[in-house]
Amino acid sequence: MTLAEEIRERSGQDINSCYQCHKCSGGCPVTFVCDLPLSGLVRALQLGLRDVALASRLVWLCSGCRACFERCPNGIDGARVLDALKAMAKEADRVEDPQVAAFHDAFLGMVRRFGRAYELGMMAEYKLRTGTLTQDVPLGMKMMARRKLRLLPSLAPRRGDLGRLFREGVRYRKRQAGGDLA
Amino acid sequence: MSTAPAGAAVCADTARATGGGGVTLRLAYYPGCSLHSTGWEFDASTRAVCAALGIELREVPGWTCCGSSSAHTRPGPLARALGLRNLVLAEGTGQEVLVPCAACYNVLKGADAAWRAGEEEAQEAARLVEEGLGRPYRGEVAVRHVLEVLGQPGVLEALRARLKSPWRVPVVPYYGCLLSRPSSQLGCDRPEQPVLMDRVLEAIGAEVRPWSYKTDCCGASLTISHAPVVEVLVNELIKQARRAGAVALVTACPMCHANLDSRQSVTPPMPVLYVTEAVGIALGLPEARRWLGAHLVDARGLLGPPGEMVP
Ligand code: SF4
Ligand code: SF4
Ligand code: SF4
Ligand code: SF4
Repeated sequence: MTLAEEIRERSGQDINSCYQCHKCSGGCPVTFVCDLPLSGLVRALQLGLRDVALASRLVWLCSGCRACFERCPNGIDGARVLDALKAMAKEADRVEDPQVAAFHDAFLGMVRRFGRAYELGMMAEYKLRTGTLTQDVPLGMKMMARRKLRLLPSLAPRRGDLGRLFREGVRYRKRQAGGDLA
Repeated sequence: MSTAPAGAAVCADTARATGGGGVTLRLAYYPGCSLHSTGWEFDASTRAVCAALGIELREVPGWTCCGSSSAHTRPGPLARALGLRNLVLAEGTGQEVLVPCAACYNVLKGADAAWRAGEEEAQEAARLVEEGLGRPYRGEVAVRHVLEVLGQPGVLEALRARLKSPWRVPVVPYYGCLLSRPSSQLGCDRPEQPVLMDRVLEAIGAEVRPWSYKTDCCGASLTISHAPVVEVLVNELIKQARRAGAVALVTACPMCHANLDSRQSVTPPMPVLYVTEAVGIALGLPEARRWLGAHLVDARGLLGPPGEMVP
């Protein structure tokens, strides 16, 4: 399977239809902190440069704003391509930006457990995972004083069915890779 | 699959008028997690404004997090399933569900659109959700953002009729990304230049300043992991808002609000208001002082009569 085919299987996006117009990169809010803009990353994927793509900062710095998808004349949803690359990086144990990965893990961990986001618990977990113990502490205190951070999680009732929704992703991916879904 | 419920979109020029003349509306209400914590004043102001306008809200029982900007980073049906699960619950509560959070709106409406379009992950998600809840998703609930409700002709009329004092403040409306993109799923016809919030703000007397940053991203999903990057994006938005002649930014999203309110580092700082807070002020609701007191950048200067506004 070529890299472009793998991206297509995982994200549903046909990156070979890209003709390098660079509209996506022009509207991308994080191009200024990336080694490769989105159009460059798509080019790397077309060329089969797996290592270049997986090491690209954009994979983790994408904010999910969808400006690229909105403007791409070929309907390529860059955010979905980048989500696929996040999953590939995780599987290959090559997560270049552990902070972003830790954030998503901590956030989803709270949702899985309580049914709802729990900011304080999430921050604690994020800080333990990343070792950023002092960052944003004054901000947290200010938010606490304004009742913007709950001390205890807000529990969703009857959330027993959630666990399965979370577990299913792994199985889905296995079936997808096994060709059962094709 | 059933036909799409008649629905407006945040960036449509005119919102659909709902039956009942606009002022006796009954809506299911999905607050989302942010409105129970960092954005409690958005929840309080939404409820208060709706009550003042005769719009009845019934909170969706047992709602869970929509998964926001994290669930879609996981492969498989998780992100769609978290959206559809809440839609099934909302379906049991009303024909239309009011969703104030732009992120939740994006997830719920996106899940519905993907399910309708027959997307494979969404079908798989619908199956899982049905197994878990014992009820299928029927696609009979319309997802409505608070701007769509406030911006519909009947409600705008009621708003004008009940104005206590016009809120004559020069502001810029900030929509962010999630209310309009992707337009193919959210059903917007002008994703680069939405106007619905402009209409609501004009109706309460605000001086809406034109600017071209309405839908530029503020970077909220990176606010914990990459604060310095986000600071650059936020400061640019504040700078451009000021250049446009605004004394405040108005948002309709708790993530944009928390991000703009907490990550700006310009002097003097610029207050950021929820659109429902601005409407509440214009309706003369006394609770507005408490809402504005919860902001990190003090916004209470915008409560007073126009002559005494602090820029
Ligand atoms: S979705 Fe990601 S890649 Fe696309 S424009 Fe936004 S930040 Fe850039
Ligand atoms: S906008 Fe689309 S076609 Fe143009 S460079 Fe980006 S991905 Fe390629
Ligand atoms: S936006 Fe955040 S907070 Fe709101 S429900 Fe979705 S995830 Fe939970
Ligand atoms: S950051 Fe603000 S503007 Fe960008 S996606 Fe999130 S909510 Fe939208």
